[in-house]
Amino acid sequence: MLNIALPKGRLGEKVYARFEAAGFACPAIHEENRKLFFENEALGLRYFWVKPSDVAIYVERGAADIGAVGKDILLEYEPEIYELLDLNMGKCRMCVAAKKDFYDDRRKTLRVATKFSHIAQGYYNSLGRDIDIIPLNGSIELAPILGLSDVIVDIVETGTTLRENDLAVKEEIVPISTRLIANKSSFEFKKAQIEAVVRGLAQQVEART
Amino acid sequence: MELDTGILKREEQVVFALRSLYHRYGYGQYKMSKFEEYDLYGKNKDFLISGGVITFTDTNGRLMALKPDVTLSIVKSSRPAPGQVQKVYYNENVYRISKSSGSFKEIMQAGLECIGDVDDYCLAEVLVLAGESLRLISDEFRLSLSHAGIVENMLDALALDGEARRQALRCLGEKNLHELEAVCAAAGCEEAAVARLKALSQLSGSADEVLPRLTALGCDPTAVNQLRQLSAVLAESGLAHQLCIDFSVLGDMRYYNGITFKGYVRGVPESVISGGQYDKLLRRMGKPGRAVGFAVYLDLLERLDEAQRGYDADTVLLYETGADPAVLSAAVRSLQKDGSVLAVKAVPEDFRYRRLMKLTESGVAEDA
Repeated sequence: MLNIALPKGRLGEKVYARFEAAGFACPAIHEENRKLFFENEALGLRYFWVKPSDVAIYVERGAADIGAVGKDILLEYEPEIYELLDLNMGKCRMCVAAKKDFYDDRRKTLRVATKFSHIAQGYYNSLGRDIDIIPLNGSIELAPILGLSDVIVDIVETGTTLRENDLAVKEEIVPISTRLIANKSSFEFKKAQIEAVVRGLAQQVEART
Repeated sequence: MELDTGILKREEQVVFALRSLYHRYGYGQYKMSKFEEYDLYGKNKDFLISGGVITFTDTNGRLMALKPDVTLSIVKSSRPAPGQVQKVYYNENVYRISKSSGSFKEIMQAGLECIGDVDDYCLAEVLVLAGESLRLISDEFRLSLSHAGIVENMLDALALDGEARRQALRCLGEKNLHELEAVCAAAGCEEAAVARLKALSQLSGSADEVLPRLTALGCDPTAVNQLRQLSAVLAESGLAHQLCIDFSVLGDMRYYNGITFKGYVRGVPESVISGGQYDKLLRRMGKPGRAVGFAVYLDLLERLDEAQRGYDADTVLLYETGADPAVLSAAVRSLQKDGSVLAVKAVPEDFRYRRLMKLTESGVAEDA
């Protein structure tokens, strides 16, 4: 049985549709109920929905053999996994944003509000800039408006939230998209099945680009 | 004295079996002190799996550390005579930072090192011992083998260095083809060489499948021959089906030069064995010769035990206040023929047992 962790929500449903189109369907997933996992015994597949930021943990710890997860989570937590395919979905950018008129006074420590402390720290280390991380779990955009931070490091999809709050992207750190990942031990023992999934999904990605 | 191995935890059983295995191949046990001068780790920080080290100041003012690694200590004290090889195994606790909790953890680790005039036989022997170690842990295992020389040659051909080389190595380790392409494109690498590296990153299979493809990719013939020779020895040792040649198995290139390998068992989500040839570490520590070895991460084997222990004792024997201790003692001994016995007046809360017996005036009976 191949265990597949998908991120709960709209993106996860789109990812599942790609699996389905590639020949890895699990009809039970369309039933209206509160079940958390769905099996297709004939194909040897078991899907389950988990919080998007938890997919990498399920895969790294072997509870799922493969999973679909945003590159932002992979960069932040650096799990020990194989990153087998860029699914070319859920595209966005990890950016530094600030008030439109922000002036970076390099004599001061830069205060950075973010959900992605590791990514932010790594980025500013590469620039040799001294920063103070302010870890937040949501409504990051509020931080510079209220003077809690100078800048934010966050995911920007369309930029609408930033614009509506008088903020602007100042630097792009890295492009983000959804990736197919695999547990390293599972890859050894379920190689044929995992490679078949990668091939099927790669064809789907290619057909859409 | 007869030893009931059934009472041992899986990792404890494995330790005894590993010691016996390594002893059979003439490896001597290396016993070391719990502490080591911090300087050894300070100079070789990149070699450590986790960065942090527990330190304290000794009575003479020296900065000491609870050892986070065994290999460095063995290399430091190794002095094989020219033309000779030192073969040692160990079973020690090491102290590392746990990635999940971020705090220090005591980890039981076993392993072996072969240092000095290491030849092709020594390399093959260490690989066979890694395979046999995995077999002792589980019936279902895989030994993934790679060669740092082949990977380094490919990266040299692409003229990748510095950050680009580091990124390319990361991508190889993650089987991350899409980012590997991007890294090479950004570095302006020649297309044919990139295609070869991409092909290498996707190789993962038996020696019969992979070796001909390495030749076709124009990999260093000496390294390919070495892999061929080692695969033949593993096949002769009955390990052909468990061997997988896979170039995502990478050690730190500042230490490893020849073969690198990892061992997996079904049911454990990460590699339980990790090792390779580390001549470069010897050079860094100013030692002549070559070296190869591996570590077995015994703490990871805990999970394999889960299906086995469904209860705390085979029998719970209930007795009442005033029961004759001599009668009770005889009853306990008699029941021990069928396994462990807990004699108590009341069953402890959450205690799990296979059967519940009671000592009555007429003898021992099943408790209704």
